Amino acid sequence: MKTFGVTIQSTGRYVPDNEVYNETLTQWMDTSDEWIRKRTGIRKRHLSIGEDTSDLCIRASQDALSKQDIDVSQIGLIIVATMTPDSLSPSVASKVQSAINARNAVAFDLSAACSGFIYGLSAAEKMLRHMAYPYALVIGGEVMSKTLDWNDRSTSVLFGDGAGALVIKKRPDADAFIAEDLHTDGEKGEALVSGEQAVKSPVCAADEKSGFLTMDGRAIFNFVTKSIPKSISHVLASGETEPNEVDFYLLHQANARIIEIVAKKLYLSKNKFPMNIENYGNTSAASLPILLDEMVENGKVVLGSGQKIVLSAFGGGLTWGTLLIKV
Amino acid sequence: MTTFEQIQEIIVDQLDKEESEVQLETNFRDELEADSLDLFQIINDIEDEFDIKIESEEGLNTVKDLVDYVEKQVEAQ
Repeated sequence: MKTFGVTIQSTGRYVPDNEVYNETLTQWMDTSDEWIRKRTGIRKRHLSIGEDTSDLCIRASQDALSKQDIDVSQIGLIIVATMTPDSLSPSVASKVQSAINARNAVAFDLSAACSGFIYGLSAAEKMLRHMAYPYALVIGGEVMSKTLDWNDRSTSVLFGDGAGALVIKKRPDADAFIAEDLHTDGEKGEALVSGEQAVKSPVCAADEKSGFLTMDGRAIFNFVTKSIPKSISHVLASGETEPNEVDFYLLHQANARIIEIVAKKLYLSKNKFPMNIENYGNTSAASLPILLDEMVENGKVVLGSGQKIVLSAFGGGLTWGTLLIKV
Repeated sequence: MTTFEQIQEIIVDQLDKEESEVQLETNFRDELEADSLDLFQIINDIEDEFDIKIESEEGLNTVKDLVDYVEKQVEAQ
């Protein structure tokens, strides 16, 4: 049986125009630019004015598709990783499928919080190898501002809205996916909660839930600083790649300080850990594809060059995962 | 090394301070400008070094608080 490889064809992104600097947040809550910058590295974030997650995902997809002039009828799969869908039905992916007229695509959303893009890319590359059409579209998109408690300064200052997209292609002669390491630890799920829905009906009294995002900062910090260096090391070992053979380590942009700690624990220079969190905040599943698209746009990552890149994310679930790819 | 000296070394390392700045009565937040993330790291390193679990950073404000807590945990084991 012929086996196919999968490569990265194109990247794209879209963020709402509306930029909200830390100073603006001080009008809504007791915080300061200095406090936010020191703890997180965030300077500003983009907050949607009326655009929902599907709008961002559609624009990001169009950005990715237009760069390579891809025939949308050849897209066989669309996965949207999101924890802030417009609705549970129809899925965001269905809306994207319709908007871009990808009439042959199977489309669904994937829920894995901030690890969603990694899980989505991992699932897509495996599915695509066995599907009839050559292209898959993997999108990470969020309107985090919908789920935040804007009276809670410990969480609301951290997040932003945005979407990033990747087009991957099935081909006989090359394969980008070298190794992966994916995990879930549901036992610690309460460390990051968002979008809870109350059970209520004529047979059951209302059990009210706010639906707001809540986070146990210390538990998340411990989880990330302990799990991610191990996950990255594991992927390098199974990919038979030395740490210095990797051109870039793209980590989920949750917090600049945490990324620096992970770099330090791996004895690697933080220059290999590019960051754009200062401009976007934590955009959950969108953070990795947005970062990757920026790296391609500024020429640091050249698709088709053979550069080795580690993509690593972590988040609610708890979920985490690392991919070693060759672009 | 005494418990204090081990803890002092961890704090000096994490916060990039001199030993003279880290004494028993030193308050992390006020005198060493440690924020919550600095404290998380310090606590993690202490947990690893002494093989204990620090449930909460509440009530741990000075180096002496940490030393006392650690010694109590180690004794209990």
